Amino acid sequence: MFGWEFPPHIAGGLGTACEGIVKGLAYNGVETLFVMPSASGDEDQSATTIINASDVAVDTVSTSISEYLDKVKFIHIGTNMVPYVNPDEFETLVEEERKRQVQDFKINYGVKYKFSGKYGSNLMEEVARYAMVGGTIALQHKDEFDVIHAHDWLTYMAGIAAKELTGKPLVVHMHATSYDRGDENHIDTRVLDIETRGMLAADRVVTVSDLTRNIVINKYHIDPAKVVTVHNAVDFSGRENITVERGVKDKVVTFLGRITFQKGPEYFIEAAAKVLKRTENVRFVMAGSGDMMNRCIRHVARLGISDRFHFTGFLRGKDVQKMFALSDVYIMPSVSEPFGISPLEAMRSNVPSIISHQSGAAEILKYAFKVDFWDVDALADDIYALLSYPALAKFSEQNGFEEVNALKWNGATAKLKTVYESVIK
Amino acid sequence: MKKSICFYFQVHQPTRLRLYRFFDIGKDSHYYDDFTDRTIMKRIAQKCYLPMNALLLEQIKATKGAFKVAFSISGTALEQFDRYAPEVIDSFRALAETGSVEFLSETYYHSLAALNSPAEFKHQVLKHKEAIEKYFGVTPKSFRNTELIYSDNIGKMVFDMGFKTMLTEGARHIMGWRSPNYLYSCDLQPKLKLMMRNYALSDDIAFRFSDQSWEGWPLTTERFAEWAKAAEGDVLNLFMDYETFGEHQAAETGIFEFMKALPSALLKDGNFDFVTPAQASRKYKPVEELSVPEPISWADEERDVTAWLGNELQQDAYNKVYSLTEKLSLLNDEYLWEDFGRLQESDHFYYMCTKFFSDGEIHKRFNPYDTPYEAFINYMNVLSDFIIRVDNALAERK
Repeated sequence: MFGWEFPPHIAGGLGTACEGIVKGLAYNGVETLFVMPSASGDEDQSATTIINASDVAVDTVSTSISEYLDKVKFIHIGTNMVPYVNPDEFETLVEEERKRQVQDFKINYGVKYKFSGKYGSNLMEEVARYAMVGGTIALQHKDEFDVIHAHDWLTYMAGIAAKELTGKPLVVHMHATSYDRGDENHIDTRVLDIETRGMLAADRVVTVSDLTRNIVINKYHIDPAKVVTVHNAVDFSGRENITVERGVKDKVVTFLGRITFQKGPEYFIEAAAKVLKRTENVRFVMAGSGDMMNRCIRHVARLGISDRFHFTGFLRGKDVQKMFALSDVYIMPSVSEPFGISPLEAMRSNVPSIISHQSGAAEILKYAFKVDFWDVDALADDIYALLSYPALAKFSEQNGFEEVNALKWNGATAKLKTVYESVIK
Repeated sequence: MKKSICFYFQVHQPTRLRLYRFFDIGKDSHYYDDFTDRTIMKRIAQKCYLPMNALLLEQIKATKGAFKVAFSISGTALEQFDRYAPEVIDSFRALAETGSVEFLSETYYHSLAALNSPAEFKHQVLKHKEAIEKYFGVTPKSFRNTELIYSDNIGKMVFDMGFKTMLTEGARHIMGWRSPNYLYSCDLQPKLKLMMRNYALSDDIAFRFSDQSWEGWPLTTERFAEWAKAAEGDVLNLFMDYETFGEHQAAETGIFEFMKALPSALLKDGNFDFVTPAQASRKYKPVEELSVPEPISWADEERDVTAWLGNELQQDAYNKVYSLTEKLSLLNDEYLWEDFGRLQESDHFYYMCTKFFSDGEIHKRFNPYDTPYEAFINYMNVLSDFIIRVDNALAERK
């Protein structure tokens, strides 16, 4: 299994999901080797064996470089877009590039490479190197696994390399798509390209929701027969809900997540302004940070509601729990959300949630309120109702709590196991 | 007749807000970063206030009182002197005792109250007057508003409070062909005399002094005297931040040596004398009424109030804090009033300024926040807590 991160050192939800998956698989009797670019050693290995790609040198003895490069030649992420060359010049350029690549390979890949494992500016380079190292690791452990499973585009190159070198079946897992990350005119085509290659090379594509499955089929044009939805779950074991003393008497309505186009923060603001017109004793909190944050702050100031609408900035660890504990209603108005784990966390903290139909979580949550992300009036109505009618709040609080507790990775991974079984010949 | 030179130095330190998070609202009502205030005050006292006060005292004595200056010291600066550097107060007192130093009136909290609430404006001017009387035993006679903000209306309010002289910016868009080196009078109240800052000569000292790419560098007293002689008019108003000396212009630039030599050099030249604003106002007659319908200030290229109220963040924060004026007037809680004043300090709004491209350098220099957005969020969190306290106090009263 190729991942990019694993708790406790995580930047997003991917690592948490991976942990849930390997634990669930272990419960279902599936052993996993979890490869990641940069392990710190304090990961919980009770359910999986972690292989740190930073500890592995590319083996140049057992494989000839050119053979290796032939098999995984697609991996080099070319950035040499040279305009206006004639075919001869192009040929020369390609040949030079190839020589340079072999040279590069001798110099760089024969030694261990220290991955950052982050999402920095040299991400593309890390992705390519991870593929090289990933291929080597797959060869070294060839006899220990039956299926290759790669999580999100960052690891797809590694997955493809492993498949090319070992001939084992590949399952790629779409936790998010490029179409969720930005609007259609601002897509990183390099990422889109890797995603598409990964899914084309894969024997099965796992999506976290039917929403994502539809995107994979309609936008990436992947054969529907090999795309399977396995809804996410969430692992609440060992988590106690904390109680926090409230500073404000007012009800608190919370948005928590990256403040980006995808998450629909502006609909939250518009709804807040509508609710504030009708009722006094409520505050709105936008927790998180992101490229739309400044625009949102200006929006709130323009509406003149900034004494009732608060920004917390990025919240870490305990503060997230604290924020949920302080909330009366949780909102996830995502424009496009492959799954969306945060309403599950909110409901687990006894906070009634309103989520958009355009989220994967909406497919499985019965007791969350659902609105279209653009329907600000409906969103405002639901917020107002949850704030004003205690019986309604109580109802969704209790049922929501039970509902999310029943969502277990054990169930989700049982389905994943059948996916594995279907690709092993 | 000799041409007069009027030096006025602005002394101000803001009350900086601590990092105040959403989670603090309703729980913790201490808003200030006392540690930073103290650190900065102690540093500037050593680098600027103490050495410069000593230098001025020495020059006043050396010229037998012929060298004169004026100060405007905000109430928040006085509070911080008192708390963190009381020796600075003593050194100002020594200057006061020479009789060659005038202390000007302003709003206690260095606020924008004049733009919003006549009652609050008056309240803060009175509070400041009491503080000046308490510390220096003198009653201010001339007025200067926060950042030299002035308009016809403000002029009228100031006159109605009993002032005959007010200082403001010789803003190009107001002056047009006129020279700032004469006295003018208020359009709505011709009895109020206006002294206009000569921004060219003031900024030669305050901003350009150490700029080695400037054609005037290095600035010598001879050269400055030449320029002053060439300037036509009655009085040259050299208004600047006091922190120019030793802080904005470091000691190494030679700014202290320059200021040390300047008084006697100008006096020796024979064409100049020094005046304080009150003396200038007695000595010279206004040449014309000046119409200023929209507020001007000494800030940025625009010389208007957009440094504090230019964007929607600033306007919302400003509207929200001043919307409390009426509620506060019903309350008699000294702590609430104190916080109310401090939350009105113009600096909070200045930190939210987004004019990064034209005057960003200046804005950045004085800004404890990384971005205007952070400044806004922090301020609004504090203000939200303050509003809760005000509402609670009102509820208790009923």
